[in-house]
Amino acid sequence: MTAHAAATPFQSMLLVGIASFFGSFGALYLKTGAAKLNLGLRYLILNGRLLLGVTLFVTSSLAYVVGIRHGELSVLYPLVSLGYIWTLLWSALFLKERITRNKLFGLLLIVLGIVLIGIGKS
Amino acid sequence: MPVRKALSRRQSVGLVFVCTLLGAAGQILIKTGAKASATSAPWTTVSGVWTNLYTMATDPHLIGGYALYALMTVVFIFALRDEELSILYPVISLTYVWVAALSIWLFGESMNLPKLLGILIIVAGVGVLGKDGKK
Repeated sequence: MTAHAAATPFQSMLLVGIASFFGSFGALYLKTGAAKLNLGLRYLILNGRLLLGVTLFVTSSLAYVVGIRHGELSVLYPLVSLGYIWTLLWSALFLKERITRNKLFGLLLIVLGIVLIGIGKS
Repeated sequence: MPVRKALSRRQSVGLVFVCTLLGAAGQILIKTGAKASATSAPWTTVSGVWTNLYTMATDPHLIGGYALYALMTVVFIFALRDEELSILYPVISLTYVWVAALSIWLFGESMNLPKLLGILIIVAGVGVLGKDGKK
C-alpha cells in the first residue's frame, strides 16, 4: 500500500481534494438556488446561486479529470468520496438538515464502497 | 404561493436515480470522445491548440456527453427543490456502480472482488439512506 501511495503525486491528491471540496459547495448552491424555482421557471436561468453552483461543479470536474490522470485510484478514490462527507457537513451547518443515524450509516457504506472500487480499479 | 404539489421523497430520489444513469452515460461518452478526438497536433503551438479544440468541439461523443451532463444538472436541480440535500447528494454515488459495470462491458475491464463488494456496499448504503425517517 505504501508503494502505491508513493506512486501518487501530491499534486494529484491536492487536485482531487480540491475537486471534492468545490463539488460539495456546488451542491450546496444548487440546493439553495433550487428553492427559487418556486417563484417561476425563468429562475432556472436568472439565478445567481444556480450559476455559482454550476460553475463550482464545472471547476470541480476539471480538477477531478486532471487530478485522476496520474496516480493510484486506491489513493485517489477515497479523496473523491470526501465530497460526500463535506456535503453532509454543509447540509447540517448551512441548511439545518438533521444528521440522522441512517444518513451517517448510509454515507459510511457509500464511502467504503467507493474506496473498494478504487482498490479494485488499481 | 404557486399551486404545485411537492414531490414525494420517492419521486425526488427517483429523479436523482435518473441523474446517475445520465451521468454514467455521459462519463462513458466523454471517455470515448477523449480517445476519439486525440489528434497528433501539439498543444504547444497556437495552430495545434486550435486543431485540438476544434476536433474536441466537433466530436459527437464529447458533444453528447456534455449534453447529458447539462441535462443531468437540470434534473438534479428539480429533485433538490423538495428534498434534503443530505438525502439526495449521496444517491449520486450510484454513478460509480453504473460506470464500473459499463467499463467492464464496454472497455473490457475485469471484474474482481473489491469492485463487486464496492458496488454491493454502495447500493446498500443508498438503500439505508432511502429508509431514513421523514424530515
